[in-house]
Amino acid sequence: MLRTESGPSPETLVSVENLRVEFDTDGGTVVGVDGVSFSIKQGETVCVVGESGSGKSVTSLSVMRLVEFGGGRIVDGRMKLARPGGEALDLAHADPELMRSIRGVEMGMIFQEPMTALNPVFTIERQLTDGLRVHKGLRQREARARALALLKSVRIPEPERRLAQYPHELSGGMRQRIVIAMAMACEPRLLIADEPTTALDVTIQAEILALIDRLKRENRMAVLFITHDMAVVAQMADRVVVMYRGKIVEEGPVAQIFENPRHDYTKMLLAAVPKLGEMRGTSAPEPMRTLDAKPRPSPSMAPAASMSAKPEVLLDVKNLTTRFPVKGGVLRRTVANVHAVEDVSFSINVGETLSLVGESGCGKSTCGRSILRLVEPQDGEVWLNGWEVRKLAPLELRRARREMQMIFQDPFASLNPYRRLRDQVAEPLVNFGLASRSEIEDRVAQLFDRVELPRSFLRRYPHELSGGQRQRVAIARAIAPNPKLVVADEAVSALDVSVQAQVLNLLMELQADLGLSFLFISHDMAVVERISHQVGVMYLGRIVELGPRSAVFEDPRHPYTKSLMAAVPIADPRHRRIHENASTKPLSSPIFPIGRQAERSTYDEVTPGHFVLRRN
Amino acid sequence: MKRFLNPKGAIGFALVALMFATAILAPLLIPAEWATRMDIRARLSGPSAHHWLGADQLGRDLLYRVMLGAQTSLKIAGAAVLLSVLLGLPLGVISGFYRGRVDNVLMRLVDTLLSFPVLLLALTISAMLGPSLPNTIIAIGVAFAPFLARIVRGEALRVTQMPYVEAARSAGANDWRLIVRHVLPNIMPPIIVQATISLAFAILAEAGLSFLGLGTQPPDSSWGLMIQASRDYLDVAPWTALVPGGAVALTVLGLNMFGDILRDVFDPRSN
Repeated sequence: MLRTESGPSPETLVSVENLRVEFDTDGGTVVGVDGVSFSIKQGETVCVVGESGSGKSVTSLSVMRLVEFGGGRIVDGRMKLARPGGEALDLAHADPELMRSIRGVEMGMIFQEPMTALNPVFTIERQLTDGLRVHKGLRQREARARALALLKSVRIPEPERRLAQYPHELSGGMRQRIVIAMAMACEPRLLIADEPTTALDVTIQAEILALIDRLKRENRMAVLFITHDMAVVAQMADRVVVMYRGKIVEEGPVAQIFENPRHDYTKMLLAAVPKLGEMRGTSAPEPMRTLDAKPRPSPSMAPAASMSAKPEVLLDVKNLTTRFPVKGGVLRRTVANVHAVEDVSFSINVGETLSLVGESGCGKSTCGRSILRLVEPQDGEVWLNGWEVRKLAPLELRRARREMQMIFQDPFASLNPYRRLRDQVAEPLVNFGLASRSEIEDRVAQLFDRVELPRSFLRRYPHELSGGQRQRVAIARAIAPNPKLVVADEAVSALDVSVQAQVLNLLMELQADLGLSFLFISHDMAVVERISHQVGVMYLGRIVELGPRSAVFEDPRHPYTKSLMAAVPIADPRHRRIHENASTKPLSSPIFPIGRQAERSTYDEVTPGHFVLRRN
Repeated sequence: MKRFLNPKGAIGFALVALMFATAILAPLLIPAEWATRMDIRARLSGPSAHHWLGADQLGRDLLYRVMLGAQTSLKIAGAAVLLSVLLGLPLGVISGFYRGRVDNVLMRLVDTLLSFPVLLLALTISAMLGPSLPNTIIAIGVAFAPFLARIVRGEALRVTQMPYVEAARSAGANDWRLIVRHVLPNIMPPIIVQATISLAFAILAEAGLSFLGLGTQPPDSSWGLMIQASRDYLDVAPWTALVPGGAVALTVLGLNMFGDILRDVFDPRSN
């Protein structure tokens, strides 16, 4: 076989060798990545996977040489790009002017956040044609025709109309299609996608992944795909690069990485990912797998309600309805209502977990907050332990909140940056008068022990902790007043997968030990399958399917539940199921004119305890 | 404490200390008539061995005047800014925290006040109350309060919607506790910055009032009065403006640096 002496082999498009990137900060030099080497061939998808801070984004930004704009410096290594002419260019040392002509032409990039990657003040046409006119010198009419062709290639419905629209008029999924169309405008040979679906709902994620995969195959394009999600890796990758703390720990073909991982970190990463469907045939929740050094006794979880002798109902929600006014006009009058939660009923037994799953905007968070009356519902009843929460006077409500606590999604925002952790965990004890001044110190220390945080953290501030540690503080605060119900609103969504597993296990242990009931609000089907006794699937403010976890997951009846299940990527490269669904149906809107009488939710009980919303 | 030892903190602290030491000590150490003694031959003369920083149009020594004027200027500016914080902070916090109708009523009031030029507003208040030191403070303080209220409201609005405020609410905290323990500490940084900047404008506002005969009354000296008096001699004796102007600039610079450091000291994230 003939090989050229220098440079990458003919089909290799990019080869990164020994890359080292440093950042200068006030606290000194920080190494972003070190000794990173990998290559991408034409028509190949290389997934770089790792948790936050592993250097995967720094790597992709370095290839684009965008890392300099974020304060980084490429101090060592080479990044050889095969130019269209055949010669090799070292991107690490190319001058900025040359890089400008390469970015967007030979390499395109898709960013994580489709909401902010588009400029809100320009039309779609302007954003799409800008690059074409600059790089390809096309005239307005030619550029417009090309833009239209691009929109068609990313399968946007009604492409002509989209050209004149502004980003805010489009849904998140459509915006990400526009971003992809922009990246594809000059037919790059390398597409860099940095967490392109992380901000999207699972059904839209499936469509975007399929789109990227099709474009890659049609154009023989190389794709550098950055993600934290092993399931996405399994669906997309030809080869996988696993990064940990700025270094590559393992690299190989996707099947090898998933079936025969060598490095301990890769094994841990794979173990921590819950797989949808793996709970088939069980009735009680099971702790997440982790590769902890110390074997921990698995908490004995209560089996689902149908199995236990006499379930005791803790929370009973009846016909809960929450609407938000949409203000408009000069006088800011209410012109319409968002029906965020519409006639929702369910109940949670003592010591059990009910999960509400659904995509963004389905009303699951509002439902949780309405129960705690952090937002005021318009209608319905919420019975907690024999009290009607909605009828409580302000002072009674404050006392009742002792029984129901909340854990929030973002552990960075749910702790006050100006207060010591000790004081934050003590907050409910002080407010509810649950402990004297001298007892508080001890109670808080015990709570820290309970959530497995060292007592040395008592006097620290939130910014000194990692995301997982902060979420433990938030959990300690939630369980401090010995509540009966804890509402966990996307409590693990912001955490890395290994940390997520640990925090979920902590929650399950607390449930077993303290007899807590959880209302677990999540978009992650695989996590929900693992930890729930009961599951409610929400869509447009209503529960469309409700029942024991095994019934909903093993025998989904409502078409929405089915499509949700089908869209979840599976962390197994042998079960690839990404295929483009051409029918991008527009999501119906929960906004209705004032005075509209919404019809009641009526359910069919398909098996005992398994309810499916009747469709009209 | 480490924070005060870096160059920025040290310079800021030194400047602020110097200004306050001057304001307090100068009237005790320098006889008042030194600042009003007229040396006719030295009228509008530049810096010399006799008059280190030169003399004004009446031959009065600028160094003594600027030192003796420090107390008046800092007293008025400091008290006025304090008053504007005392008025603007509660107004802004209540508006931002409760939103809705309360916010609408309070902010329309604030907008009305904002629609008048600051000096005109201060002038009106001062004219109504009569010229005196406390009245000058009240006039400037009230005129500045709407600006602060606006800034505070925006910040309070943002912070009130943070999950940690909601978390504290679900942990049983009442409104008072939410405001004092959770909202206030988190809105302090922009308030500190705004207050230090306001001090400079307050010194100048005092000058404007004095010029119109409603602020400091001659023969007392204040920096503002000195800047106003120098107006006619800028081309022949620019130092008559530069000396008091420099004093204002150094004070503001020192306060700004000091304010930055103060903000960092209160912010646990920067330690």
